Amino acid sequence: MALLDIITRFFAKDNVSSKDVARERLRLVLVHDRASVSPEFLNQLKEDLIKVIREYLEIDEEALSVDLENEEDSIALVANIPVKGFKRAG
Amino acid sequence: MKSRVIVITSGKGGVGKTTTTANIGTALAMMDKKVVMIDTDIGLRNLDVVMGLENRIVFDIVDVVNGNCKLKQALIKDKRFDGLYLLPAAQTKDKTAVSPHQMKNLTNELRKDFDYILVDCPAGIEQGFKNAVAGADDAIVVATPEISSVRDADRIIGMLEASGLNNARLIINRLRSKMVKRGDMMDINDILDILSIELLGVVPEDESIVVSTNRGEPAVMETTSRAGGAYRRISRRLIGEKVPMLSIDEENLNFVDRFRKILKLAR
Repeated sequence: MALLDIITRFFAKDNVSSKDVARERLRLVLVHDRASVSPEFLNQLKEDLIKVIREYLEIDEEALSVDLENEEDSIALVANIPVKGFKRAG
Repeated sequence: MKSRVIVITSGKGGVGKTTTTANIGTALAMMDKKVVMIDTDIGLRNLDVVMGLENRIVFDIVDVVNGNCKLKQALIKDKRFDGLYLLPAAQTKDKTAVSPHQMKNLTNELRKDFDYILVDCPAGIEQGFKNAVAGADDAIVVATPEISSVRDADRIIGMLEASGLNNARLIINRLRSKMVKRGDMMDINDILDILSIELLGVVPEDESIVVSTNRGEPAVMETTSRAGGAYRRISRRLIGEKVPMLSIDEENLNFVDRFRKILKLAR
């Protein structure tokens, strides 16, 4: 690597090479492409999840996130659902 | 010999499908194969200018499928190589002027006279793509080391599989070794990991492609062209020869550099 490159990299915002950024972004976008999952699909899923969970728990609907993630060659549906409180048993 | 119909495709435009078709077609003809290249990019034809045959077009693919002329009348014989022909696209029609069924009949007709039928596919995933793959036995996917191109290549590989073409092979085009070394461009393994298909070859970024396109003479005709050398090796792999993959650094050597390297070794 040329000295100039090393210096430029040192002063750059971060030290991750741009090809690693590209590779990771590509991996993630392909998870969605391959599963043919549209943002509308995920939104619908999210709304339905909220409907069901609301019956049992008080949740922070604003902070709820649902997404597909790529972990070691397998795809996982990862949902992060903050719980505000439990509903008293009737 | 059984003839092969090979579609050259990419999804994304501007990654080098037409350049690849012209160079592989010419290289195969240089190895005494009978080759016809079909431009299926109706409305945006370009294989004719890349081959330097634009002044000789009388009839085109739409004339052939509509019965306005015989297939043989529309085939343009290359002035430099005996077994090399071009079937040009129409420039004034659109992609719906030909159907997948007509394309299949056309390629089957050409099988009688040619060893290799190379189909230059238009960008996109609509009718033009469906036409181009209709009669194909094999597929070559061209991608450059960019997110957009690799993403589209992934989509295209899926669509090829859906059409029964499970044996697609990849050409990585316009790889810049300096950028790869700096970590600013995805390398061959990054792309192969993601797409998980067989690699047919790697073509380095090379200004000689611009020059050869300016002249209408495919780079494979130029002994000193690095990209031309890469396409010659790709074409030998295509006819079944065992040609080892070179590292990017080796791909980047041109004819003169190779000669120097040999001299150095001998010393």
